Amino acid sequence: MSETWQIILIIYGILFGILTIAAALIYVERRLLALWQDRLGPNRVGPFGLLQVVADVIKIFFKEDWIPKFADKKIFILAPGIIMVTILLSFAIIPFAPGIFISELNIGLLFFLGMSSLGAYSIVLGGWASNNKYALLGAIRGAAQMVSYEVFMGLSLMGVVMMTGSLNMVDIVEAQQHVWFVIPQFIGFVIFMIAGLAESHRIPFDIPESESELVAGFHSEYSGMKFGMFFVGEYMGITLISAMITTLFFGGWLGPDFLPPFMWFIIKTFAFIAFIILLRASLPRPRYDQLMGYGWKILLPLALLNLIITGAIVLAIG
Amino acid sequence: MMILFLITAFVAIAASILAITRTNAVHALLNLIVSFIAIAIILFLLGAPFIAALEVVVYAGAIMVLFIFVIMMLNVGAETEEKKSKWLSPKIWIGPAILSLVLFLELTYVVLSESEILLQSSQITPKEVGISLFTQYILGIELVAIMLMAGIIGAYHISRVKRKVKHRFLKEE
Repeated sequence: MSETWQIILIIYGILFGILTIAAALIYVERRLLALWQDRLGPNRVGPFGLLQVVADVIKIFFKEDWIPKFADKKIFILAPGIIMVTILLSFAIIPFAPGIFISELNIGLLFFLGMSSLGAYSIVLGGWASNNKYALLGAIRGAAQMVSYEVFMGLSLMGVVMMTGSLNMVDIVEAQQHVWFVIPQFIGFVIFMIAGLAESHRIPFDIPESESELVAGFHSEYSGMKFGMFFVGEYMGITLISAMITTLFFGGWLGPDFLPPFMWFIIKTFAFIAFIILLRASLPRPRYDQLMGYGWKILLPLALLNLIITGAIVLAIG
Repeated sequence: MMILFLITAFVAIAASILAITRTNAVHALLNLIVSFIAIAIILFLLGAPFIAALEVVVYAGAIMVLFIFVIMMLNVGAETEEKKSKWLSPKIWIGPAILSLVLFLELTYVVLSESEILLQSSQITPKEVGISLFTQYILGIELVAIMLMAGIIGAYHISRVKRKVKHRFLKEE
């Protein structure tokens, strides 16, 4: 019985933790962006502006939740839910520390890829159901972007899988006892990072929203908590990608003994979250055709090359 | 396990029927996606997690996104929905329905004649799938590779239109 309670505790702990981190990231991002752009950022509500998120949440909950008359109502409501469900489900396979994970699935990595590919529906259906030309353009861009970047997101991880010999996330972390995979798989790491950014459609890959040309892209028609779900979903996406990079390439919970394993995982994940925010502070948005060309003509061949070379080396050594 | 299988099977069948009868193309595709996910869960329950994951990644994730992508570009309106609702007249579906009935009777016979139903007899790991694909079924893999290559070359050839103008504002008169 106590084991069951432990599992339930872990599940709710992770769920609560992820949602809190995602909400807190809204504040962290605004403050960090302000720091890098030589501004102050939100500092009025509470000490250091820490209660800004609470104020935002209260505001967003009480806003009118309006569904346009011309929208496809059912799908319009369904779309923001998809992104929340797929990203939260992806966290089920991430091992946070020895013993702290929801599921030790033997196809863990594939489960993550499957969930991230289902996440594309959120943008596509949200944009289509809005029945608005800007939203539709955003959705079309989002569909093309996510389908193409998914291709080498999977391929870039196959080097790690080959070196571990398993798709199980716990095995992948334990295979990094001696050397983190970022060193032998550096190209894989860079490609996964870029593809991950594109999957969570962050700047520089936020062309589905690109507010300078498409109003707000696929979520132009969304308001209230439905918009809030897209918004928090984006921050959960960042957390997910950072956690995946930590697990796959930076040794997960592994680290020197003076800190507990769980802390190492948190520290590494936050380093990547901060890096992604720094990217937003410093990079412009590419044109749509540049983005697609870059993906198919540079990243895909690189990922394939990485796959072939890793395969050859693993075959020669093993 | 059995109850999970029955629930998933029911969802798969219901979603497939809805996918056929919806007149709105996007609604039909959404039901088809649900049916794919249900089939993935059935495969998982039968002890083939690798194929289950691929079902989600490839069919539900990638191919169906492309379907929706195309439908979004076509901009189908209310009049096509009306047209499609006429397509579903008994004259059209009675033939396939009879053939399906024959298959259904066969299936019932097979299921009833089997003394015990094997659910999750053994787990098939990704490694086993890979080994059997690249030893026993290598010829099939090669054939698929050739076909896909031909598809890629064909798509490239069709899309390679020689550009007459560089930009819409720079049209040479």
